[in-house]
Amino acid sequence: MKLLWFHLMPYTDLPEDFAEKHPSVWVDIDPALFDPRRGHELYNEFMDELEAAAELGFDGVCVNEHHANAYGLMPSPNLIASSLARRTRETAIVLMGNSLALYDPPTRVAEEMAMIDCISGGRLVAGFPVGTPMDTCYAYGRNPSQLRQRYREAHDLVMRAWTEGKPFTWNGRFHKLRYVNPWPRPVQQPHPPVWIPGGGSLETWRWCAERDYVYSYLSYFGYKAGAATMRGFWEAMDQLGKDRNPYRAGFLQFVGVAETHDEALDLYREPAEYFYGRCLHLDPRFAAPPGYTSEATQRARVESMVARAAGGSGSGTARDWGDIVDRGYVIVGSPDEVAERLRHVARSLHVGHLMLLLQFGNMGRELTLHNTELFAKRVMPQLTDLFDDEWEDAWWPRPLPLEERARPRELSS
Amino acid sequence: MNPPSERTVRAGRIDCRVWEKGRGEPLGFLGGLRGLPRWTPFLDRLAAGRRVVAPSLPGFPGARGHDALDDVADWVTATLDVLDASGLAGCDLIGASVGATLAAEVAAFSGATVRRLVLIAPFGLFVPEAPVADLWAQKPRELPSLLSAHPERLEAALDAPAGADPTEWQLTANRANEAAARLLWPLGDLGLAKRLHRVRAPTLLVWGAQDRVVPPSHAKRYASGIAGWVELREIGDAGHTVEIDQPDAVARVVLDFL
Repeated sequence: MKLLWFHLMPYTDLPEDFAEKHPSVWVDIDPALFDPRRGHELYNEFMDELEAAAELGFDGVCVNEHHANAYGLMPSPNLIASSLARRTRETAIVLMGNSLALYDPPTRVAEEMAMIDCISGGRLVAGFPVGTPMDTCYAYGRNPSQLRQRYREAHDLVMRAWTEGKPFTWNGRFHKLRYVNPWPRPVQQPHPPVWIPGGGSLETWRWCAERDYVYSYLSYFGYKAGAATMRGFWEAMDQLGKDRNPYRAGFLQFVGVAETHDEALDLYREPAEYFYGRCLHLDPRFAAPPGYTSEATQRARVESMVARAAGGSGSGTARDWGDIVDRGYVIVGSPDEVAERLRHVARSLHVGHLMLLLQFGNMGRELTLHNTELFAKRVMPQLTDLFDDEWEDAWWPRPLPLEERARPRELSS
Repeated sequence: MNPPSERTVRAGRIDCRVWEKGRGEPLGFLGGLRGLPRWTPFLDRLAAGRRVVAPSLPGFPGARGHDALDDVADWVTATLDVLDASGLAGCDLIGASVGATLAAEVAAFSGATVRRLVLIAPFGLFVPEAPVADLWAQKPRELPSLLSAHPERLEAALDAPAGADPTEWQLTANRANEAAARLLWPLGDLGLAKRLHRVRAPTLLVWGAQDRVVPPSHAKRYASGIAGWVELREIGDAGHTVEIDQPDAVARVVLDFL
C-alpha cells in the first residue's frame, strides 16, 4: 500500500459571500480576489506542509496543474516539484501532472520532468492528465474538438523523446520539429512511471491498460461516489486481460483525523464547507465545451441521463457538513476509525495508491500539520502492509541508492 | 412542406448528403451552427424560385469527418470538395452563420467557384469594440434566446421530428456543435480579413437587427473588406439565426438580389 500526501494549494481567503456574489471560481474569477501578499504566505506555507509530510514518512507528495483557478494555485506544478526535489530526501515526487496539450512544444514536458528526475535522483512519477475543460479550453484556449488528439500526439512525442536514444525528426499533426533531442534524460530508465489522472472516460481505461499506466481517479467526492467508476475500471481491466494488481490504480480521498469522532466533526467542518461551498463553486458555462467528451462517452451518458430522468432525480454536490460526511466526501474520525475506513476503501475500490488530501479548503497550517502528524503516526502504520504480500508495485520510482544521492548544502541563515 | 429529394455524393474523403428542391438554376446553401437537421421554411421559399441544393459539411447533419480537419485550409478544401461533388461549382451560393464563414473563405480562395454570394451573419472577423458572444460559455437554457429573436422558431428547426431516435438526434446535434467549434474556437480572427479583398463575386450581406452573437457592426467591416459589388440588408425582428427568424423577409431579399 502506498500512502501519498496531495496538495491542491487552494486560495484560503475567498470571502464568505463568494458563491453569492461571484459566478465562478475558475476562468473569469476576479483577479482582485488574489492578494499577492497572501500568495507569498500561502505558497510558503503549502510548501512547508509538503516537506513536513515527506519527513513524516508519506511514500509520496503530490502536486497538480490548474489555471485561472482559486482552488488550485499551481499553473506550473513543475516549479513546486523542483523545490521538493531539493527539500525532500526519500519521498516520491508525484507530479499529477503536466496537462500535455498545453505545452508548446510538448518536448518541454520531457525536458522539465527529466530535470526534476535528475535533481531528485530518480524519484519522479510522471502524471499526464488531459486537463479539465476550464483549464484547457477556456483558460488556455485549446480547441475542445482537438484536445484529445493534441494530448495523444504530445504523449507520443514525450515518450519517444525519453526513449529514442538519438536525435529524431517529429512530423506530427500539430507539432513539427526537425531535431528532437532532450538533454537531460531522466535518471529512471527507460522513463519514470507514468500515471494518468482521469475522470472516468472509457478511452482512458483502455489506454492505461494498453500502455500499462496507472489510472488515478482524482475525484473530489470520495469513495462512495468513486466506487462505480473503479468498478468500471476493473471490469475493463478484466476484459482486456490485465491482472487485478491494485497498484494499477490510484484514488484521491479527503481525510480529517482527530482524537475522537466528535472532535474531528468539529475541527474539519469549516475547511470542508469552504472547499465544497467556495472552491467548488463551478460555473456550468465552462463545464462542457463541444468535443471535450468523446462521442462514445457521450453516448453512454445520454443513455444514462435519459434513464435517470425517467427514473429519478440526480442530486447535486453536497455543501453542508452533514451531507459531506454522510456521502463520504471526507472521511473523518479517530485514528482507528479512519484506518478501518481506509482499509475498506482500499480493498473495496481495490486501490494500491491512496492519495490523501489532508489539507483542504481553508485549513490553516496548524490544523494541517496536526491532521498530517496524527495520520502519519496513528493511521499510516495500520495501512502500510495492505497488498504487500500479494502484489508488487511495478509503477513506483526506482531512484539512485540513497548513499549515491547528492545532499543539498545547508542554508547559512 | 413537401420534403426535398435526398442523394449522397462522394466529396473528397467523405460521403455527403445533398438535399434538393425546386426548379431552375442551382442555388447552393450552406447551413448554420447546427447545420441542417431538418428542411426549413426559408429553403422552401427559395425553392419556389430556384433549384435549392443544400449539401452537408463534415460533422454537420448528413456528413462525418470534421475530426480530420485541423485548420482553415482543411475546411476550405473540404467545402470546395463538397461544392464540386454536389454540382455547385460556379453557381450562386448562400451561407448562414458558420456556413457563411466558409462561403466567404471559398469565394476568397477560389473565385471561380462562386458566382454570386449571399452571406447571412458570417463569423470570421475580430472586432475588439464589438466582440462576438462566446457561444460555448453559455448556460444551455439561455442559448436559444441568445441565438434567435424567435426561439420557438429555432426550436422548431432543431427539434427531433416524430419517430426520430432521441439519442441519435442529440448526438447529431452535439456533433454539429463540435464541428462549428472545431472551425471557430476560440472565436478570434480566422485570418479572413486578410483575404476579403479577393472576394470578387457580387455579394449580399444579410444581418439580423437583433443579432446578439455577431454584432451588426461586423457587416460594415465585411462590406468594406470585399472588393466586388456589395449590398447590405438588415432584417428587423431577427437575431443571429436570421433565415429561421424571418424566413419570408430573408428569402425575398435574397431572391431580389439574385
